[in-house]
Amino acid sequence: MAKLKDLTHKEDTLGSGHRLCPGCGASIIVNQLGRMSEAPMVVGCATGCLEVATTIYPYTAWNVPFIHSAFENSAATVSGMEAAYEALKSKGKIPADDKRNFVAFGGDGGTYDIGFQSLSGAMERGHNMTYVCYDNGAYMNTGMQRSSATPYGAATSTTPIGTHATAGKEEYRKDLTAVMAAHNIPYVAQASLSNWKDLMRKAEKAFTTPGPAFLNILSPCPRGWRTEPGDSIELSRLAVSTCYWPIFEVDNGEWKVNHRPKNKVPVTEFLKPQGRFKHLFAKGNEKVLAHVQEKIDHDWDQLLWKADFSKDRTAE
Amino acid sequence: MSEKSIPRLVQGNEAIALGAIHAGCRFYGGYPITPSTEIAEEMSRLLPHIGGSYVQMEDEISSIAAVIGASLTGQKSMTATSGPGFSLMQENLGYAAMAEIPLVLVNVQRGGPSTGLPTDPAQGDMMQARWGTHGEHSIIALVPSTVAECFTLTVEAFNLSERYRTPVIILSDALIGHMRENIRLDQLLKAKVIERPQPWMSPEDYRPFASTERTVVPLAPIGTEYRYRVTGLVHDMSGSPKTGDKRTIEDTGRRLRSKIYDYREEITRVEMTAMDDAEVAIFAYGSVARSAYEAVMWARERGHKVGMVRPITIWPFPTLQMREVADQVHSIVVPEMNIKQIAWETRAAIEGRANVVSMNRIDGTLIAPGEIISSLRDVLRAKGGAA
Ligand SMILES: Cc1ncc(C[n+]2csc(CCOP(=O)(O)OP(=O)(O)O)c2C)c(N)n1
Repeated sequence: MAKLKDLTHKEDTLGSGHRLCPGCGASIIVNQLGRMSEAPMVVGCATGCLEVATTIYPYTAWNVPFIHSAFENSAATVSGMEAAYEALKSKGKIPADDKRNFVAFGGDGGTYDIGFQSLSGAMERGHNMTYVCYDNGAYMNTGMQRSSATPYGAATSTTPIGTHATAGKEEYRKDLTAVMAAHNIPYVAQASLSNWKDLMRKAEKAFTTPGPAFLNILSPCPRGWRTEPGDSIELSRLAVSTCYWPIFEVDNGEWKVNHRPKNKVPVTEFLKPQGRFKHLFAKGNEKVLAHVQEKIDHDWDQLLWKADFSKDRTAE
Repeated sequence: MSEKSIPRLVQGNEAIALGAIHAGCRFYGGYPITPSTEIAEEMSRLLPHIGGSYVQMEDEISSIAAVIGASLTGQKSMTATSGPGFSLMQENLGYAAMAEIPLVLVNVQRGGPSTGLPTDPAQGDMMQARWGTHGEHSIIALVPSTVAECFTLTVEAFNLSERYRTPVIILSDALIGHMRENIRLDQLLKAKVIERPQPWMSPEDYRPFASTERTVVPLAPIGTEYRYRVTGLVHDMSGSPKTGDKRTIEDTGRRLRSKIYDYREEITRVEMTAMDDAEVAIFAYGSVARSAYEAVMWARERGHKVGMVRPITIWPFPTLQMREVADQVHSIVVPEMNIKQIAWETRAAIEGRANVVSMNRIDGTLIAPGEIISSLRDVLRAKGGAA
C-alpha cells in the first residue's frame, strides 16, 4: 500500500466547495477512496445527497468524469460504460494498456432499495467495476425516510414515533453486504471511516481486483442521525466496537473479519448519542433496547462462524 | 362560530392526505420523492391511528403494484409521486386500467424530463397522464388549483375511481403541493364519499369484466366466494386470458375506452368565471389558473370582455364544453408550464371554431399574471380594441 505521505499529495476527487453537510460521511468516503485509485477514475452516481450537493448548477466538485444516472441505475449505467470501453479496447480503438477505474456510487436508498436490481445485475454479469454504497441509513436527501438499511428502532419521517408506533422502524435492516457476497463476485467488503487503514486497503483491493467488487461503507449523517457534526468519526468507531457495523471482507468466497473487538461495547453506546434513537431510552422501551442488543449479538456470532468456517476450509 | 370552523393553515400535500383519509383511503404504498414526499409522511403518521396501513415500498414500481394488490382486497388505496416516479409507475398504471382496479395516483409535478427540476413546479406531465402507459385505454385526471381543492378533488378522485373502477390521477404541481392556504376543515369534511359497491349477483353469475348498463360490474374483494382471476393480458368477462379471440380483444379495448369516454359529460367538470359575455377566454389549470384569474380581474376592470375557463377534470378532456366556449369567443388563451400540451388538445377539440393562443414557460417559474396580461393585450389589440 502507498505511504500516507504520498497519499496526502494526491489530488482530491471532490474539490472544496461542495455543499455536503459538515460531518457528512459521503464526501470523506469519496476523497479517501479516490486516493487509492491508480488508474483514472470514471464515476457514476445515483441520485442522492452525494450527487445533489456536489453538482449544484453551474458548479461541479468532481475532478473526474462524472455521470449522474437516474436514481435507480447507477450500476447499470456504469456497466454499460465499462462494457463499451472493453469493446473499444478489443477493437484497438483504445490502447490495450489503457487503464480506467469504473466506480459507481449510491446511497443506501439508491443501493439497497430502488437500485438493487441494477446493482445485482451488474455484479452478476461480471463487469470490471466497483460499486460503493455510502450507507447513511435512510433516504436523507428527501428528508430522512426509512430505507431497508434503516436500523431497527430508528425514528424516520415515515416511521414516526407516535402512540401507535413507539419503537420507530419495526423491521431489521437488510444485510446487503452478505447479499452481495452471495453473488459470488471476487471481492465484497464492509468498511468504516474510523478504521482508516482497513478502509484504504479495501479500496485498493476493490479497484485492482479484476471483475466486480462491492464496498459498503457506513456514512454518518448528522442531520438524519441527529448528532453533532464533530462526532461522525467517533460514531463510526462505536459502530464497529459495538459490532453494529462489523468490518469484514469476502475475498473470493473467503470470509474474513477484519476487527474483532476484545470487549464488545454495549450497543447503547452507539445508539445513545443519536437523536433518531432517543425514544428507545424512554421508560417502557427497555425491551426494545434489549432486543436490539440480542440481534446484534446474534449477527456477530453468525459472522464469526462464517469466518471461522472459511478459515477451517482453507486450512484443510 | 364552532371551534371546528376556525380556518386552518394547511399545505397542499397535507390537504391531499387529509382528503384521502376522509375518502376512506386505508392503504398507502409510499416512496419518497420531492415535491410529493409530505403526502407519504402525512399518511405514515395518520394511517396507523385509524386502522389503516402505510407501507413504504422499495421503489415506485412497487408502490403502485402494492396499491393494486391492496385495492383488490377492497381497501381504498393510494400512492403519490412526482416525475421520475410517475414514469416508473406507467406500466402498472396500464395494468390497473386493464384489470379495472380502482386506485388514486397523485403526481405532484416537477420539471422534467428525468430528474429535471426536483423542487420547481411544472405541468409537463399532462400528456403523460393521458398516454404514458402503452396501449389503448381511458383515464381520469383531475387538476387542483387551491389547497382546498387538493382536499376535495382527492375525495372526488376516490369517488370516480370506485364509480368507474379505474385508476384516477391527480395532477398537482410543486407550487400547489408546497403552498399553504387557510382551509375550513369542517366545511370540507362535508364532501360526499362513495363507498365501493358490492356485487348484486350471485357468486356463480359473477363476471367482473362484463359490460353492464352502469359501465362496470362491482369489484368483489379478492379471496371471497366471488372467485375471479386478475390479469394484465386481454381477458374475457371472467378474467381468463383470451388473446386468441379477435372479437374479445376488440371488445375489451373498446370497452376500456367507452366505459369512461361515454360518461365524460358526467365526469368532466370545468369552472367558468366571467364567461357570460366573454369574447376572449383564458383556459388555464392548476397553479397557472391562479395567475390567470388575476389577469381576468385586470381585464374586467378595464372593461374588456375576458373570462376564464378552468378545467377541474383534464382527462377526459372537456371537449364539449370547450366547443361551446369556442362558439362564443373569438380567442382562447392557453397559458401553461409546458410547451403547448393542452393548447394542442384544445385546438383538436374545438376544430377551428376559435383562435387558440398558446403561451408557455418551462423554466420552473410560475407564469405571472403580468405575462398573461400581455398576451391578452396582444389578442385584444389584434381584434382592433385598445388594450
Ligand atoms: C425514481 C426516483 N424516485 C425517487 C426519487 C427521489 N429521490 C431523490 S434522492 C432520494 C433519496 C436518496 O436516498 P439515498 O439513496 O439513501 O441517498 P442519500 O440521499 O441518503 O444520500 C430520493 C428518494 C428520484 N430522484 N427518482
